[in-house]
Amino acid sequence: MAYIDDSRNFAPTTGEARVEDYFALLKPRVMSLVVFTAFVGLVLAPGSINLFIAAIAIFCIAIGGGASGALNMWYDADIDAVMSRTLNRPIPAGRISREEALVFGCALAIFSVALLGLATNWVAGGLLAFTIFFYAVVYTMWLKRSTPQNIVIGGAAGAFPPMVGWAAVTGTISWESVALFLIIFLWTPPHFWALALYKQGDYGAAGIPMMPNVAGEASTRRQIMAYSVLLAASGLLPSWLGMSGLVYTVVAVAAGLGFLYLAFRLLRAEDGVPMRKAARALFSYSLSYLSVLFFALLTDNLLARLGVFA
Amino acid sequence: MSAPDEIRSVEIEPPEVAAARARVRRRRSIALALALAVFALIFYVLTIVKMGPALFTTRGL
Repeated sequence: MAYIDDSRNFAPTTGEARVEDYFALLKPRVMSLVVFTAFVGLVLAPGSINLFIAAIAIFCIAIGGGASGALNMWYDADIDAVMSRTLNRPIPAGRISREEALVFGCALAIFSVALLGLATNWVAGGLLAFTIFFYAVVYTMWLKRSTPQNIVIGGAAGAFPPMVGWAAVTGTISWESVALFLIIFLWTPPHFWALALYKQGDYGAAGIPMMPNVAGEASTRRQIMAYSVLLAASGLLPSWLGMSGLVYTVVAVAAGLGFLYLAFRLLRAEDGVPMRKAARALFSYSLSYLSVLFFALLTDNLLARLGVFA
Repeated sequence: MSAPDEIRSVEIEPPEVAAARARVRRRRSIALALALAVFALIFYVLTIVKMGPALFTTRGL
């Protein structure tokens, strides 16, 4: 299964990890997106929830996401030591040992799932547990090193948080929450493949079978285009399902067209520097695309609650 | 290995490094204590919230 030689040595641990190092294990930047999308799922869900319990639910989802990050860093310490982007993470830098990261990740995972289940319901707790399992085991331990489709299937882990937020309120999984899942799920491949197109040297050195290394740049660009079409279409699902109104629909159409334009530009770009520039532009745009879409959903919902456009 | 060799193999840490280590350790201990306090507080408040207004009803006891 593994492409990577696990015998690579890391810097010896000093035994004095700082608080910031433990915080870095939680992948705070990823966590912020997890928290935001989970919050949107929770707000959009029909029904009511006590404010304190809602805050606890978001806290648990954040900690669960952090646990996934810590378990990912525990397992991937060998490849993190090779890539420039991840070289300074606490384990390859020798500030935290792998065992400490494993214990930290497991403790947070158990704590977050148990607390979410007790505070809200066990559908939400179970979904969070499945999310952590999917990211740590299915994606990190299995798919990431064995198939160029790693991001496609593994992307599901990042797409679960709004479903967990939704389930925390309703106790169920419904089509509306699946629509939120689909948006993030279909966003993941073009987002990561755009990154891989201009950072493929890094992934190649680490031996990770990312799409550009395995199928080539041309094939990756075609697949990015295909996923971008599906993503732009899935962005309209909330409107189609009646979850949102005019504001969201306008934003989703405009943002989707922008995504399609940049994906098309990448498809047609000449090899070399122009291609890398186009890939970087799409990657940067995709970062804000998801935030803008979910922020529009939130705004639309708030306006509907206030009776605007009623 | 003879006893003098063992003594020579021990690395003596400069005082400033030892002090820095102690500071880091202290901050870590405080963070852990805070995390445990928050954990206890969450369960305490959550229990009250889950029990709802009935908690304050003494009628019928």
